[in-house]
Amino acid sequence: MLKRARRRFFSFLAGVAALPLLAARAASGQPVDPFADLVRKTTGGATVKPGRVTVDTPRLADNGHSVPLSVSVDSPMTAADHVRSITLLSQRNPRPLMATFHLDPAAGRAHVATRVRLNGSQRVLAIAQLSDGSFWSGEAEVEVTESACLDAT
Amino acid sequence: MVARVQLPATAKPGELIEVRITIQHPMETGFRFELGGRPIPKNVINSLLVRYNGTQIFRAEMGSGIAANPYLQFHTVAKQSGEIEVAWIDDNGERGVEKAAIAVTSG
Repeated sequence: MLKRARRRFFSFLAGVAALPLLAARAASGQPVDPFADLVRKTTGGATVKPGRVTVDTPRLADNGHSVPLSVSVDSPMTAADHVRSITLLSQRNPRPLMATFHLDPAAGRAHVATRVRLNGSQRVLAIAQLSDGSFWSGEAEVEVTESACLDAT
Repeated sequence: MVARVQLPATAKPGELIEVRITIQHPMETGFRFELGGRPIPKNVINSLLVRYNGTQIFRAEMGSGIAANPYLQFHTVAKQSGEIEVAWIDDNGERGVEKAAIAVTSG
């Protein structure tokens, strides 16, 4: 009886000793980046090369309810070589996929501007798919002093 | 729903023109609550289509990440006189259409 209790006590001790070890492993193990996961989902696993896409936002936004954002892609916009679509991703929004714009070769210029909601300071990513199937990305850092996802009532 | 499509009134053939669209819409995120505590259901314009004399020139799929009263600006090349038609639908299935005319002259 006593022996069993002692054994149980020691196994408990061993368990307690292992706890910080487990925690350390969780912290230092494979870095899980949910954003990278989302990027993979939008591109269907294809590699995204940085460049050719310029995201223009104000560096500092007073509030996240309506932040002007424009995306331009370095592309000749011809039938043979044009931008097919532009996807806007937010790092911190509850729904990170903000919008997808499908362009036409007849657009003449690969430039789209809109206003977005941002839930706090973050990096905003734009991914462009070109007509040859390649993906390019550009990003902008926005400082938001008041986020969009608070209830104002 | 009130909307506005802005174009240059006239353009030369082949000229790059800017199309600007604003639609009056709350773009409700679904994350807000009424004063009584009931959640306000999500209702955003999820799809928008732009046609130039019947041919599609631009399409947008939007989510709650687009600000209320969505504003969109893009370009197209003026070909012939006619109109640019913007059609959209929101999560409640409500549709809207707005048009603007453009005169393309080589003068």
